[in-house]
Amino acid sequence: MWSRLVWLGLRAPLGVRQGFTSKADPQGSGRITAEVIEHLERLALVDFGSREAVARLEKAIAFADRLRAVDTDGVEPMESVLEDRRLYLRSDNVVEGNCADELLQNSHRVVEEYFVAPPGNISLPKLDEKEPFLHS
Amino acid sequence: MLGRTLREVSAALKQGQITPTELCQKCLSLIKKTKFLNAYITVSEEVALKQAEESEKRYKNGQSLGDLDGIPIAVKDNFSTSGIETTCASNMLKGYIPPYNATVVQKLLDQGALLMGKTNLDEFAMGSGSTDGVFGPVKNPWSYSKQYREKRKQNPHSKNEDSDWLITGGSSGGSAAAVSAFTCYAALGSDTGGSTRNPAAHCGLVGFKPSYGLVSRHGLIPLVNSMDVPGILTRCVDDAAIVLGALAGPDPRDSTTVHDPINKPFMLPSLADVSKLCIGIPKEYLVPELSSEVQSLWSKAADLFESEGAKVIEVSLPHTSYSIVCYHVLCTSEVASNMARFDGLQYGHRCDIDVSTEAMYAATRREGFNDVVRGRILSGNYFLLKENYENYFVKAQKVRRLIANDFVNVFNSGVDVLLTPTTLSEAVPYLEFIKEDNRTRSSQDDIFTQAVNMAGLPAVSIPVALSNQGLPIGLQFIGRAFCDQQLLTVAKWFEKQVEFPVIQLQELMDDCSAVLENEKLASVSLKQ
Repeated sequence: MWSRLVWLGLRAPLGVRQGFTSKADPQGSGRITAEVIEHLERLALVDFGSREAVARLEKAIAFADRLRAVDTDGVEPMESVLEDRRLYLRSDNVVEGNCADELLQNSHRVVEEYFVAPPGNISLPKLDEKEPFLHS
Repeated sequence: MLGRTLREVSAALKQGQITPTELCQKCLSLIKKTKFLNAYITVSEEVALKQAEESEKRYKNGQSLGDLDGIPIAVKDNFSTSGIETTCASNMLKGYIPPYNATVVQKLLDQGALLMGKTNLDEFAMGSGSTDGVFGPVKNPWSYSKQYREKRKQNPHSKNEDSDWLITGGSSGGSAAAVSAFTCYAALGSDTGGSTRNPAAHCGLVGFKPSYGLVSRHGLIPLVNSMDVPGILTRCVDDAAIVLGALAGPDPRDSTTVHDPINKPFMLPSLADVSKLCIGIPKEYLVPELSSEVQSLWSKAADLFESEGAKVIEVSLPHTSYSIVCYHVLCTSEVASNMARFDGLQYGHRCDIDVSTEAMYAATRREGFNDVVRGRILSGNYFLLKENYENYFVKAQKVRRLIANDFVNVFNSGVDVLLTPTTLSEAVPYLEFIKEDNRTRSSQDDIFTQAVNMAGLPAVSIPVALSNQGLPIGLQFIGRAFCDQQLLTVAKWFEKQVEFPVIQLQELMDDCSAVLENEKLASVSLKQ
C-alpha cells in the first residue's frame, strides 16, 4: 500500500493549498496606528521598541485574520477541554501558609513585612510627551 | 551503564552492581564533558550528591522507594525547584529561587530520583528551536555523533565542523540534549504546542505528552493554562511509562487535574499482535512542506501496521489548516495574561526606576523580556482589546471546539490511534534556523503537534530511523483522551519493530565504550 500515500500526495492540490508558512501574509495593512500602539503599550506595560516590532504585530494580525474563513455559526466557544467534568472542590480547611518570610525573600525591596512599590496613580507619559521612537 | 534504560539501571542498583553515588558521579562528570552542548542552565551537583547518599542508605537497608530511586533525572528550567534557581531562560527570573517544588518535581524526589540540574529552553518556553533563551542556544548531540559526522565527510561541500551544529528543536531542547547525551535517564519538559515532542524527534528520543488533566501543572510556570502539560523525555517507551506512573494523579493544588482513578502502577503490557487495532492516517497532515524522507517513513510505518494485521485507514481532520492560526491567537492571548504577573514587585528582576509603579513595571518588563516574549504579549493584548475580542479571541475559541470535535469524530468512528509525522524534516543547522524569526518558525514547526494540545489528547513521538544525513526522524502517535496507557502500549510495540539505533558519541564516552558499541535499545534483556 505504498501507493496509498503517493495517491494522497497527488490529490493534494499543489499551489492551491497555502502552506503553513507566513510567506503568503500580506504586508502590514497600516491598521496599527500610533493610537493603537500607545494603547497597547499602556495595557501591556511593554513597549514595542522598534519599527520591526510593529511590523511583526501587523504580520501576526494578518496571520490571525485567516480565521475569518471558518464558519463558526452556532458553535460555542471552548474554554477548556475538561468542560464536561465537574470541578473538584476540597474542603475549606487551612492546610498550609505562614510562609511570609520565604515569600518576602524573593523581592528586591522590602520593608518589614511589606513589598515596597513606587507611588501609583501616576500615568505613563503620553506619546507626544516622551521620546517617540516612531518619529525619530 | 549510562547507556542503559531506566529499568535496567534500577535493577542494577537493586542488585548492588552500582551505587547511586557512583551513578551520580558518572553523570556529573559527563555533564561537565558535554558542557559545550549548553543543555544545562544550573547543575545541582551538591543536591544530587546528597540525594545519592540518601538513596544509597535506602538501598543498603533494603528499603528502596521504587524504580526511580537513585536515578539521575533533569528538569526543564520552567519548573519551580525549591532552593534551586529557576530562570525560564529569561532575564526576568535570573536569580529567582522558588520557595517550593513543582508537584511533578516533588513526586520525582519523593520516589528518590536524583535531580542533576535544570535544563535550557527557549525563553519562557516560547519557540521551536531552544535558541532564544538568555543563556544561549542548545546544541543537538547528534551534531557530534559518528552517524552524522561520517555522512558529512562523504559530502565534499561540508564546511568547518563546529559551525554547522544542529538545533535540538524546542522548546524543551535542553532536556532532550541532556537525555540524548546520556547525562540522565529521563527529563521533564513542558508541552504547549509540541515543545516536548519536537525536540524528542530531533534528538532521537521518546517524547511523551500526557492527556491534559492527568499530570499536575502546579509549579510549572504557565504559558497557556488551557494547553500546558508537563512532558516526559526518555530513551525508550518503557522508561516514559515508569515516569508517568510516578507523576500521574490528581493534585489538590491544580484544579485542572482530573480525579478519576487511574490504573497504577503503569505496567505496559507487551502487545502480542496488533490485529485488533485501527490506525488512522489524517490526510490533511500530508502537506507540501513535508520532507520526502519523513513522508516515506510515515508511509512505511503505516504499511508495517497493515502487514501485521492492523486496520489502517485514512481519516479526515477537516479544520487542520486552521489549527495553527487558532493556536497563535489563543496562545498569545493567554500569554499576555500570564506574563502580567511579572512586574518586579514580589519576585524576579526589578529595574532602578522609582518614579511611579507604571514606569517601574514598564522598564522592568522591557529589561526582563526578550523580543519574542514582548511580541507575543503585544499580539495577545491586541486580540484581547474590546473591539477585537469577539472577532479574534472568541472566534479562536470556537475554532478550537471545531478542531477538538474533529478528533472526537475520528475516534468515535472506531480509530484507536492516529499516526502522523512529528516534524517536517530532521534537525536543521542553527545558522539555517535563525534565518526566519521565532513566530514564523513556530508556525512552521508546530503544525503536526499543536492540534493535539488544543484537544488535550495524549501524544507521543517515537524515533523511527535515521535520515540520509544520519539524523533522527520521529513519528507521532495520538491517542484518545485519558487512554495514555493504550497509546504507550501501541508505541512500545512500534518501537520494538523499528529498532532505532543508539547514538554513537564515542569520543565522549571513555568509561562506557564497550557497553554502548553493540547495544540496540530494544534488544537488551533485563537481568532480574
